[in-house]
Amino acid sequence: MHIVFWIFFASAVVSAAMCILRRNPVSAAMWLVSTMFSLAGIFVIMDAPFLAAIQVLVYAGAVMVLFLFVIMLLNLDVTASDVRGSLSIGGAVAVTGLLIVELGALWVYTPDRLAQELLPAGATTFPGGIPADAMSGNIVLDVAKPLFDAYLIPFEATSVLLLAAVVGAVVLAKRRI
Amino acid sequence: MSPGAGVPLWLLLLFPLAGFIINTAIAFTRPSWKGLVSLVGPGAVLAAFAVAVAGFLQLQAPGAPDELTIHLWKWIEAGDLKIDIAFRLDHLSSLMTLVVTGVGGLIHLFSIGYMKSDDGYARYFAYLNLFIVFMLVLVLGSSMPVMFIGWEGVGLCSYLLIGFWYGVQANADAGKKAFIMNRIGDFGFLMAMFLTWHGLGTVDFAEIAEKSSQLVTNGPLVTAIALFIALGCAGKSAQIPLYTWLPDAMAGPTPVSALIHAATMVTAGVYLVVRSNGIFAHAPTASLVVAAIGAATALFAGTIGLRQNDIKKVLAFSTVSQLGLMFLAVGSGAYVAGIFHLVTHAFFKAVLFLGAGSVIHAMHHAYHSTHSHADAQDMRNMGGLRRWMPWTSALMWIATLAIAGIPVFAGFFSKDEILASVFSRGAGQAVFYLFWGLASLTSLLTAIYMGRLMAMTFMGQNRTGEAEQAALHEAPWVMTGPLAVLGLLSLAGGLINLPHFAGGHAWLEHWLEPVLKPSHELVQLTMPEGSTEFALIGFAVLVGVVGLVWGVRAVQRASIATPEHAAPETGFARVLTGQYFIDAIYDRFIVRPVHWFARTVLWKTIDQWLVDGVAVMGSARLLQGFGWLGSRFQTGQLGLYLLLFVAGAVWVLGVVLQ
Amino acid sequence: MAPDLLGPTLALSGILFSIGVLGALLRRNAIILFMCVELMLNAVNLAFVVFARYYGFGGHVLVFFVMTVAAAEAAVGLAIMLALFRHNQTLDLQDINLLHG
Repeated sequence: MHIVFWIFFASAVVSAAMCILRRNPVSAAMWLVSTMFSLAGIFVIMDAPFLAAIQVLVYAGAVMVLFLFVIMLLNLDVTASDVRGSLSIGGAVAVTGLLIVELGALWVYTPDRLAQELLPAGATTFPGGIPADAMSGNIVLDVAKPLFDAYLIPFEATSVLLLAAVVGAVVLAKRRI
Repeated sequence: MSPGAGVPLWLLLLFPLAGFIINTAIAFTRPSWKGLVSLVGPGAVLAAFAVAVAGFLQLQAPGAPDELTIHLWKWIEAGDLKIDIAFRLDHLSSLMTLVVTGVGGLIHLFSIGYMKSDDGYARYFAYLNLFIVFMLVLVLGSSMPVMFIGWEGVGLCSYLLIGFWYGVQANADAGKKAFIMNRIGDFGFLMAMFLTWHGLGTVDFAEIAEKSSQLVTNGPLVTAIALFIALGCAGKSAQIPLYTWLPDAMAGPTPVSALIHAATMVTAGVYLVVRSNGIFAHAPTASLVVAAIGAATALFAGTIGLRQNDIKKVLAFSTVSQLGLMFLAVGSGAYVAGIFHLVTHAFFKAVLFLGAGSVIHAMHHAYHSTHSHADAQDMRNMGGLRRWMPWTSALMWIATLAIAGIPVFAGFFSKDEILASVFSRGAGQAVFYLFWGLASLTSLLTAIYMGRLMAMTFMGQNRTGEAEQAALHEAPWVMTGPLAVLGLLSLAGGLINLPHFAGGHAWLEHWLEPVLKPSHELVQLTMPEGSTEFALIGFAVLVGVVGLVWGVRAVQRASIATPEHAAPETGFARVLTGQYFIDAIYDRFIVRPVHWFARTVLWKTIDQWLVDGVAVMGSARLLQGFGWLGSRFQTGQLGLYLLLFVAGAVWVLGVVLQ
Repeated sequence: MAPDLLGPTLALSGILFSIGVLGALLRRNAIILFMCVELMLNAVNLAFVVFARYYGFGGHVLVFFVMTVAAAEAAVGLAIMLALFRHNQTLDLQDINLLHG
């Protein structure tokens, strides 16, 4: 199983790198789709098949398609130089470097700390988390049930958010209001 | 109210002050009401004189206290420092008030005639009254700060009155010069005050006198105090090096010169030294310095007086010279002699100035009638005026004899006492023999220039001109009357301190004893007796007579040309006429560098560049710079904003990770 | 699965996130910028999932929410880009600086 994981790992990294380096927006979008597929694979390895499916259906299937629609609708010019001047690159690389260093520190640090600080002795979930033995086994049910009891309010809020997004998108994209 | 509430001391100050206020009101609203001003102005001072006499009589009465003090109100109270507005009438200040209000009153009367046709009549009397107020504050002040109020005030009035006819630039300049030079002296007074507070813990004169026995004789503190006081006196009493304002002060009306620059204000310095006799007695070195300055000034001014042609300038330098003698006296520890000469000098110098005023008044009149522009004050234009002004001439001769030290007249006794005291000090310190020599030489010069003055003005041929002669006349009685009174005092003034050999009781000496207590513990002058005394007297009289004759004969032998025909002076005479060119020297070496410093360094550099440029504009530009820096972030570029956003997030993460 | 996949997966999440940041800072095209943002969101989703795997199912719900919000955000964002393009005829971010002060 580990092999598969590392294959998906490599795939995700390469796809992401290619995504940010390609000049053509359509190419970049396709590479992003590839990244998402790799991630879906990893989701499956992580015992989250439902989420993997959702990832492919919603993210890769709907959001990226929307991206592509817009790219093609706008008929963007590909030829212009698309990367910033050297000062900006320098700044960007410096900042990102710092970020990597910090994340590295975090990564080295996290597993032990999580085990010692955040989890009280003997517990296996975060506070507010749902322990594994409460799972029913039905993968959809496992995600859906908390939506309606523990996380009800965020759920409702999100629905309002979606409504707002729809209205906003329609209004913004109209030629004439 | 302290003992002696019988005489309301404050009336002394109230009368002239009321006079000032009323005259000011008249000057502002109805300047043509000269009659009322003539009543109020002199009236106020004469009323003050009456109060002064009453105060004197009260102190004179047997069994009377040595002093009367009134406390008007608390002025400063800060920690241990307590200064009240308080006035003290003791033996010395009582004498001074008599001189100030008496001579002052007579001069006020004289001014009625002298200033009759001047448009600023009310303003003149207002200023004159104000001067009397401040002079009385100075003399009656019970502590140094109160005295300083008066000190400054008389300086102010001097400025106002010297520049009375301010339309002429030279007059205004003279007023400024007097005030500014006085200020240099005031610095000395202030430093003395501060040091006294620091060293003795008090600034009240009575307490200083009591505590002066604690002073270390010739110690640094007391020497410093004494020298600073001497600086103040050099400014106020026109001694070297701060005397040049006095000749220039002759730009003011002549009665002003008589009152302020002969009789009263310039004597404030002598008064202060006598008041501080406790301090000076403990500072023999400083006293020696004072005596030296006095002697030097006396001789120096005397030489200049020999060659001045303006009648008032001769008298001005004469005043400087006589003040020098007074300082020589108090510097030698002869405080009584100094005060004695102060009083007699007030009498005869007032006569001389007022007489000169009458002469100038007549000369003006004469030139006015012929529309001539000749100088009415130049003695070369005068001559033989005795024919038209007999009274003035006679009275001025009385004063001349007094100043020359001819026996019976007032000046003889006072000057003699000074010379004798200085001579007797010589037994202890040989340098005082030198001072005596200088003083005697000064007496000779005094007699010479006074003789010259009288000869040029009243004797011989008249040089004024045929047409003007018709308009020459004696001064009106309102002017000659006060002159006569003062003349009488010049004759009889010696009575106040008649020495024993002449059958007197030395009244003044006894009168001033309570005031001079602090110094008598240390210094007791042994006056010469017997043959030495007579020899000294004889020598002084001889000097006076020789000088007078010499001065008169020198004029009679020479032929004096009127200014327009006069040949330019040569040699040492030129130096004397030019007053040793001291003014030019001061201008070159002191005034111009100060001006330069003020203009270039203080103004251009510090004020304009440093304060305006660097501090004010600089800080504005600095803040502008910061603002500009901040504005550089507002590019409108999303990319930059993102960069900053991420950088901020990274930083926060870093902080959290710590 | 043993927790030994936690580390590498988190590393992947961090790497993807960093790549997303780099891309967001380097690219001038607005659409691609937006895609990098989506990449960052995905990296975060991965982190949630891996924690959910080892420390409780709450993570899945959060992933759900993140995806929903991302979708909404994409819709609105792209609408904005449309409007922006119509106004400026270009999506080059260096030329869009109306906020310049």
